[in-house]
Amino acid sequence: MTLRPDLAIIAREIAPGSRVLDVGCGDGALMAALRDQKQADARGMELDRDNVTACVARGLSVIQGNADTDLADYPDAAFDYAILSQTLQTTMRPDLVLDQLLRIGRMAFVSFPNFAQWRIRMALMFGGTMPVTKQLPARWYDTPNIHHVTIDDFRKYIAERGIRIEGQWFLRGEKLISAGAANLRAEHAVFLLTR
Amino acid sequence: MADARFGLDRKITLPGPLALDGGGVLAPVEIAYESYGTLNADGSNAILLCHALTGDQYVASTHPITGKPGWWTRMVGPGKPIDTNRYCVICPNVVGSCMGSSGPESLGPDGKPFAMRFPVITIRDMVRAQALLLDHLGIEALYAVVGGSMGGMQALTWAATYPTRVRAALVIASTARHSAQNIAFHEVGRQAIMADPNWRGGDYYHDGQAPDAGLAVARMAAHITYLSEHGLTEKFGRRLQDRSAKTFGFDADFQVESYLRYQGLSFTGRFDANSYLYITRAMDYFDLAEDHGGHLANAFRGSATRFCAVSFDTDWLYPTSESRNIVHALNAGGAPVSFMELSAPFGHDSFLLDVPELDRVVDGFLTAGGL
Repeated sequence: MTLRPDLAIIAREIAPGSRVLDVGCGDGALMAALRDQKQADARGMELDRDNVTACVARGLSVIQGNADTDLADYPDAAFDYAILSQTLQTTMRPDLVLDQLLRIGRMAFVSFPNFAQWRIRMALMFGGTMPVTKQLPARWYDTPNIHHVTIDDFRKYIAERGIRIEGQWFLRGEKLISAGAANLRAEHAVFLLTR
Repeated sequence: MADARFGLDRKITLPGPLALDGGGVLAPVEIAYESYGTLNADGSNAILLCHALTGDQYVASTHPITGKPGWWTRMVGPGKPIDTNRYCVICPNVVGSCMGSSGPESLGPDGKPFAMRFPVITIRDMVRAQALLLDHLGIEALYAVVGGSMGGMQALTWAATYPTRVRAALVIASTARHSAQNIAFHEVGRQAIMADPNWRGGDYYHDGQAPDAGLAVARMAAHITYLSEHGLTEKFGRRLQDRSAKTFGFDADFQVESYLRYQGLSFTGRFDANSYLYITRAMDYFDLAEDHGGHLANAFRGSATRFCAVSFDTDWLYPTSESRNIVHALNAGGAPVSFMELSAPFGHDSFLLDVPELDRVVDGFLTAGGL
């Protein structure tokens, strides 16, 4: 099974034998890869009950829970990495969730769709309607993405909070692209953060 | 050659002594149990199944008194989620109960039933007795311990008391401590029994005049807590029982009254009132954190046991918050844990009923142990 591109980057970067918490772990694809390829001790949290059941059935330790409310239950520095992939923009308070990630994990991987990518800008500018793209297929009224964010927004916030960027990766489709004008060119961003 | 220690309707009298949390000692220790499936050569496929308050060892065989199928036949058997083709399932009757294990009905050293002379026991005492049984069966470590409701309390206690003997613990619709509300409902039941003139301080075994009316009321009150309001409404509503109009009397006018009366009455045919007192007491005394310096996380710190906790959205007896409390502690202790709240309309009893998602979870969690 091939991992989603942002997950593949995260899976590649994580050190073998790490303790990992995947917040919003979906069907557990990344966790399973980390367990099988990196001998990681991977734990997960996921909102959707069917996904949790699927994870348990593949032998993963996953808790049904909500990133906004249930991360507070984990002790400080319990993990080497806390991962939030394509979930940040769906949370009620992304800022507080980021705080929790960096409290629970020594480092945090955060990936999100970039709302400033040029296609989205064009759609808004010329269409005048909320963009519906391959990456963001939901419509304004049924989207789970309640806090759209751009790469520049994210960088600015990280800088303000004194959070360090240990690594950053940018994707167009499945392809890794350079950091140049990433806010305009990249569809997805992956950041590795630490306090 | 068949090993007589395994099979249906087994009973063993172990010398003990079993030192009890309350300070006393139980010796000898009688344990009635059943086993299903075959223990493999290295003894690595044993699953201990822990029953609930009024459950028993007849998990997947016909009940000798009621003639009804076992209480978890939908879950345990060949090809079922707890697959007896793969696992050797052991289900003991808890001490304090009345289906063959040591309890108030058992005979004391003077040849008369213990009645209220039976020592007050705890969930941990039940578990220690089960450990004696496993020693007898030659089972060093359990592939898994599984239990719903009070069975879940035993599963948690197993993992906390014998962490090296438990590879996985599946805790369904349960709690790490009895709440004030839980204790309150139990106290209603106990007072109903003790208020029955036939109870006589527990000495009723000699003349067959048992406190059935009190036990039936206890069961009726408890039964309400096992169901959901929605389930009761759907099943009975305000419908009348075999009549077209209210009688303006105190007959069972409503179907729900008739149902509860039947539940209460049929329960007295298979359960001992004193056992009900002792087991409800054991549950009320249950507070796993208390045994570990007030911090539940300490009960599981460094545990290598895999845990799975499951709750049901309509269970108000042991609601999801109780399971989350367990999960929180397991996380704090760093133990591998899964948790999910399943949706089912049947209240607390959901763990015994048709919830296909539970089957998937049980099967998946057990299979993941990699037998």
